[in-house]
Amino acid sequence: MIKLASEAEATLSSFYEEMRDKGAPRLRAAGWAAFSESGVPNRRVESWHYTDLKTAMGRPAPLATASRAALSLPRAHDSLRLVTLDGVFRPDLSDAARLPDGVVVQSLRDALGQGEPHVLSALASADIGAQDPILALNAALMQDGVVIQIASGAAIDRAIELATLASAEAAQSTYTRALVMLGAGARATVIETLGALSLAPAQDNSALVLRLAPGARLDLVTHLSGGVDQAIRVASLLTHLDAGAMINSFALIEGEGLNRRQIFARLDGEKAKAVFNGATLGRGRLHADTTLIIDHAMPCGESREVFRNILDDQSVGVFQGKVIVRPGAQKTDGVMQSKALLLSEQAAMNNKPELEIFADDVQCGHGATCGRLDKDQLFYLTARGLPRREAEALLIEGFANEAMDAIEDEQLKAFLSDRVSAWLSRRISR
Amino acid sequence: MLEIKDLHVSVGEREILKGLTLSVKAGEVAAIMGPNGTGKSTLSYVIAGREGYEATTGDVRLNGENILDLDPSERAAKGVFLAFQYPVEIPGVATMTFLKAALNAQRRARGEPELQTPEFMKRVKEAAASLGIAQDMLRRPLNAGFSGGEKKRMEILQMALLQPRLAILDETDSGLDIDALRVVADGVNALRSPERAFIVITHYQRLLEYIRPDSVHVMAQGRIMRSGGPELALELEERGYQDYIAQEAA
Repeated sequence: MIKLASEAEATLSSFYEEMRDKGAPRLRAAGWAAFSESGVPNRRVESWHYTDLKTAMGRPAPLATASRAALSLPRAHDSLRLVTLDGVFRPDLSDAARLPDGVVVQSLRDALGQGEPHVLSALASADIGAQDPILALNAALMQDGVVIQIASGAAIDRAIELATLASAEAAQSTYTRALVMLGAGARATVIETLGALSLAPAQDNSALVLRLAPGARLDLVTHLSGGVDQAIRVASLLTHLDAGAMINSFALIEGEGLNRRQIFARLDGEKAKAVFNGATLGRGRLHADTTLIIDHAMPCGESREVFRNILDDQSVGVFQGKVIVRPGAQKTDGVMQSKALLLSEQAAMNNKPELEIFADDVQCGHGATCGRLDKDQLFYLTARGLPRREAEALLIEGFANEAMDAIEDEQLKAFLSDRVSAWLSRRISR
Repeated sequence: MLEIKDLHVSVGEREILKGLTLSVKAGEVAAIMGPNGTGKSTLSYVIAGREGYEATTGDVRLNGENILDLDPSERAAKGVFLAFQYPVEIPGVATMTFLKAALNAQRRARGEPELQTPEFMKRVKEAAASLGIAQDMLRRPLNAGFSGGEKKRMEILQMALLQPRLAILDETDSGLDIDALRVVADGVNALRSPERAFIVITHYQRLLEYIRPDSVHVMAQGRIMRSGGPELALELEERGYQDYIAQEAA
């Protein structure tokens, strides 16, 4: 049943016509069919209730065309960087040639062209996130990205950075997808950088698919710096964890525009462990939505979600977290926590934690709070000599730090702390 | 050092301090004793500058300067230190980070150069060692999950680092066992000097066996009712505060 109506969906349909014969036709067709069921979500779609994508999107910006710009991109990390620019993987801007043994990289375009069944099925992820129309749209329209395979037992010391950037001077839409597969017992650190180099209000839809074989461990830091006020970014993260696998992740959202990060994770094997932490630094009219579904399908899994939303000016935060514990997933241990700090009268936070538990021997809890800076804490710090704004900054920094505690890579932690400090010093100076 | 004259303070609608007058000289340790609910903590908050504790009339002068219009941080830079009865927990902020930020904020406010990390570390470690505070505690978030005794020691550590001119100890003895009390008292005694004044607020004479006061002031019903020497504390221990409460009622 196809019920495309609006102008937005007509434009997206023309994008699909353009992309449908660019590799993996069945994957794209399935994505398009799933998207067409509901179209661009508006507030009446429950999981999108706090983020009215339909209104924000209006008429979709034209599909990105490859830029050939020879850019020199600043480096924020000592990492091996793989750049997808304006929807196209750019080996010339990447460190693909310097990757260590045990890491194989190809562009998504090549991977789709080759159509290797195990890569295609890994990319597809029909078992999680299937309900989400925007993720389905990503599958239908994916232009390019990277596919990384890390060999079993490999321990990759240097972080691999997946930089997905927009540089066009005019607004355009990008659809990118990356896949990282870790073999059994492999270890790696990935930095996911999502950002804009220009001031055009880009519309970016990205997906990162992670598949961790038994005993693999991935440390992930996502840095999502929204673009300008009218920009739209939906970044999906799909994580499959096999037995004993672990993901330890943290995401920082800052900047402007409408941002939605959606996490779909499935603990597919026993004793898998998932940490999805994050912080938002909201200023101006930033809209930052984190929506996650953690699905415990097997026994003895552990999941932790610690989110800290710092919201100033008219910024809006959204946290929708759902932890599902399947009937067989006994001994599941889950803790989900979202706290918001409102720094202005106009800032707003929407917290919606949910637990769906179908097993009887589990420990699951959630907490959601929303408040202002604590007067007792402020008095304590000012009575020790910190001027009011500095005392506030120290408290805000401490609030953000609580979500960063689990990051083990000291360099990455320092990078994130610097971002928080930069945000705070702008607040102190105005 | 500190001159308080006819101080009236209201919190919300309620008048708590009703014409309090008190004078503390440099080098002096003044004990303020009194029953619950007489405004002892209010007095400490007013001197430190807590929001919501506004003086309606009266004067608080530190070395001749009226401090009532100053922010808490400005008062701190001028040497006011309040050891809290209930030190506040600050999750996410490492104790060490806080100590350095506080010390250097005060130094900046006074036009002094900031202390560099090695010198700062040296001072913290010395002060911590003398108070029996483990290095590990300094890396933990400030006061978060600390026991009552640990929190009080941390207050004294801060005092030792910040070297205030006027230190107010608000029931620093509450919640301390006898060993911890001795450590805290030793910490305070080590800081006694002719340039520094202390106001020690307490219910009990016990603390004053360890921190010997030069003067003792009985506070009741929002005023200083009587002042005397150390012997006054012993008398209070024996007879309690009923005389002062009765006196008020009569």
